[in-house]
Amino acid sequence: MAAVQQQQMISRARAAFKSGKTLPLSFRIKQLKNMIRFLDECGDEILDSLRQDLRKSKMEATLFEIEVMRSDFNHLIRNLKSYAKGDKLPTNLMSFEDSASIKRDPYGLVLVLGAWNYAFSLSLQPLAGAIAAGNCVILKPSECSPKSAATMARLIPKYLDNECYHVYEAELEDTKLLLTNHFDYIFATGSIGMGKSVLAAAAPNLTPVTLELGGKSPTYIDETSDLEITVKRVLWGKFTNLGQTCIAPDYILCSKKVEKEFLKAASKVVTEWYGDNSRKSPDLARIVNDRNFNRLKSILDKTKGRVVFGGETDQKERWVSPTVLVDVLTDDAAMEEEIFGPILPILTVNSPDEAIEFILSRPKPLALYIFSKQEKVVQTFLDRTSSGGVCVNDVIWQAANEGLPFGGVGGSGMGSYHGSFSFDTFSHKKAVLHRGFSKMSENMSSGRYPPYTDKNLSFFRTVMRNLHRFQLTYGQVVSHIMAVGVGVVIFYLMQTLTL
Amino acid sequence: MSTNMTSVITKSRSAFSSERTLAVSFRLAQIKNLLAMINECQDEIVSALHADLRKSTMEATLYEVELVRSEIAYFIRNLKNLAKKEKLPMNLLACLDSGYIQREPYGVVLILGAWNYPLSLSLLPLIGAIAAGNCVILKPSELAPNTAQTLSKIVPRYLDTECFHIYEADLEGTKELLKNKFDYIFATGSTNMGRSVMAAAVPHLTPLTLELGGKSPIFIDDSSDYELATKRILWGKCMNLGQTCIAPDYILCSKNVEKEFLTVATRVLTEWYGTNWKQSLDLTRILNEKNFLRLQKMIEETKGRIAFGGQMDQQTLWISPTVIVDIPDPSDIVMQEEIFGPILPIITVDSADEAIKIIKSRPKPLSLYVFSKDNSVIQEFVKRTSSGGICINDVIWQNGWEGLPFGGVGESGFGNYHGKYSFETFSHKKSVLQRGFSYMSEKLGEARYPPYNDSKLRFFTTIIRHIHSFNVNINWCRVTSHFFAGCFGALVLFLYLRYLK
Repeated sequence: MAAVQQQQMISRARAAFKSGKTLPLSFRIKQLKNMIRFLDECGDEILDSLRQDLRKSKMEATLFEIEVMRSDFNHLIRNLKSYAKGDKLPTNLMSFEDSASIKRDPYGLVLVLGAWNYAFSLSLQPLAGAIAAGNCVILKPSECSPKSAATMARLIPKYLDNECYHVYEAELEDTKLLLTNHFDYIFATGSIGMGKSVLAAAAPNLTPVTLELGGKSPTYIDETSDLEITVKRVLWGKFTNLGQTCIAPDYILCSKKVEKEFLKAASKVVTEWYGDNSRKSPDLARIVNDRNFNRLKSILDKTKGRVVFGGETDQKERWVSPTVLVDVLTDDAAMEEEIFGPILPILTVNSPDEAIEFILSRPKPLALYIFSKQEKVVQTFLDRTSSGGVCVNDVIWQAANEGLPFGGVGGSGMGSYHGSFSFDTFSHKKAVLHRGFSKMSENMSSGRYPPYTDKNLSFFRTVMRNLHRFQLTYGQVVSHIMAVGVGVVIFYLMQTLTL
Repeated sequence: MSTNMTSVITKSRSAFSSERTLAVSFRLAQIKNLLAMINECQDEIVSALHADLRKSTMEATLYEVELVRSEIAYFIRNLKNLAKKEKLPMNLLACLDSGYIQREPYGVVLILGAWNYPLSLSLLPLIGAIAAGNCVILKPSELAPNTAQTLSKIVPRYLDTECFHIYEADLEGTKELLKNKFDYIFATGSTNMGRSVMAAAVPHLTPLTLELGGKSPIFIDDSSDYELATKRILWGKCMNLGQTCIAPDYILCSKNVEKEFLTVATRVLTEWYGTNWKQSLDLTRILNEKNFLRLQKMIEETKGRIAFGGQMDQQTLWISPTVIVDIPDPSDIVMQEEIFGPILPIITVDSADEAIKIIKSRPKPLSLYVFSKDNSVIQEFVKRTSSGGICINDVIWQNGWEGLPFGGVGESGFGNYHGKYSFETFSHKKSVLQRGFSYMSEKLGEARYPPYNDSKLRFFTTIIRHIHSFNVNINWCRVTSHFFAGCFGALVLFLYLRYLK
């Protein structure tokens, strides 16, 4: 049943791609504008779904789902013409009749696997990128956020071309079945386990993939940082979506002294933000399902660290309170895998080097955070560690900057997206070289033909070694000549007027 | 063998941990040493290529040694710039923040070389991986053993032996090697090899680039210059006796063009190779018996007609340049898999459209070639087909053209390299956002903190919606250089008026 449904959907999408309708930019821009309309017209439904799936507050759902998507879609609309036109290479004086360029071709049929923690944006941002690059898409939103998945399945078809773009709801088994098909690109956000399954499914078809995974994002705080601001920023990043953010600060590394001040400020801030009983705050989300709740409860049960504040849980509500753990050792239960919840362990280190050695001993994270006013310390972290991205003196924001690629490295993933990087991810860079039949063109390269002689070899070798000297960025030369002309004219006018 | 493997991997990891490859000066020094190697060992290299494939000095020099030299020269000129931080435009609203992209190495890179261009297909990726700051284990193809052994011998004399390793292994040894964790894998080879490598990358989630192959079609239309088209196509086909991943594989053209092609071809090949083509020293040989038998089978079992060529000699692994016409069936043996030999089938079509349909019914090739003077026909192919690359009115040249990425799509592979694309392939783009603790910085972001309310939401919504308008995309270098150009013009006029008038 599922197999038949999947085959039909895939056939329709492939036929739509074959028809060429996604190639014109006007078509793609229209789809993207319709996505904006979807956000404008279905805001309430989106908020409601997110409230039901995660008890997301209006603020978080609006800013970190709707507005982030709107921003990305608008970026693609504004820039699509320039991205899609490809790159023209500089002319080479030695072969000026030749022209070289890079054309951006869509891959064809793209599969996007969404995630549940930012159920809309982690589905629709990749979808928009794939649309912008001219692909047809099958989007399978996460079944762990079922209300959001159902909303997308119901509403997206009202805004997007139904032949080219499909929202497919499926549980795990049917997703595995879907992955046995041949796609031209797969974009998946999720856990490391999911990443391995997707890559394994892609291998027989040689399908290129982008995997947005996770990891434990370390946060280093040193004594020079403005602790009051640091605490706010770190806790904001940690407790947004009740810690269920792939780039949430996972654990802290700092000295005993900083830890003491951090804790003092932290309990004050948590009370300011959430009141005396944080469970009653409407601003805190809930854990998405029982499995994740149990996982977090198990961390609290097994940790050998000390709960400084928080530590409360409620199974029925899937509530885990904002919690800080101290006296946490490196082999603690809280240090095994990505926490993905509102539990913040603090590990004490005696120096930035010790922190760096620890970070280097673990898989590369999706994000790394450094709080310090010391340029040297910051630079050492930047140079010696590797992560998807880094934010200095704040958290999360590196993912919101439209000029920065968002993606992991090592265990935290491969590939990236957002803005122009989405367009890059979902398009193939086709090299195009256009030569001519003129006598000049042929004379320059006729030395390549047999019978091979030393003279021809010498000639060609010289050409190859010196070709780069004749690169000419035509536009720049013209504009500089014009600037010279402008200077002449200005001077002349000045002379004439002063005489 | 496996102790050697473990030790090579351990040494590489430890060398990478020592952080010495991070310094751009170290990388440049290694690359310059490779230049010294190419210069000092050129004769040895050319001999090895001759021993493996009977490559002529011309082909070994131009399409192996000189390609490597060009790539080295590119990095010597450009590495400093490539390795710099890529700064984002300043944003007036968030002017105290600075964003940039920092390129960093992946770690230990595994490169699997190929046998048909055993030098360049090993060293070009090696250069890119070194330039990006990685440590590298390079496993050259065992099917070109002389080149593999030469590299094993000479590379350690020039490169840091802790960071960079040449590891010789056969198929079984390579499978063992692939069980280990690498931070990046770059492999050139067949589609099947690609599948094995990708499967091996799964447990470690290793990113990879696969340079594979496919049947690269050529369309020749009636408007082309038949003489030049034929020469260029035959040059691409006969190079390395057709054993080039971007060799023109088969031709699509009208009956009329086919006729012209055949007339020019027989003349040209005799001009190039004399009356007995087998005697020409300019033609290489088929790699080994397995490939010879594969090609022999094509010639013997094709239902097409051999227009010319078809001679074979198993002992010397010789197959003559051969053109096959009147192929009745698209499933003919010569049209099934990449030929990778000097056999050139011609399929007649009635139009560019028919050619495009045939091309689109097949896996995406590594290259596509179009010969035409009609720009609208050319654009049809460029827009409606997909391939790794496309060259119009010539073949092969798009590889090695500075500034163009080289890589496949679909079954012909994914990822790319050459020049700056090598640098991009072998490095991770790390996003860095630097914020501050200033009053302004905090004020701008303070509305994010709970307790949430509508006024904070409105404030932030406005910022998110409009922040992009505050990007200041000024390239100060360009502004300055144009300003000085203007001053120069004014100065010239001043001097003219003062001294010449």
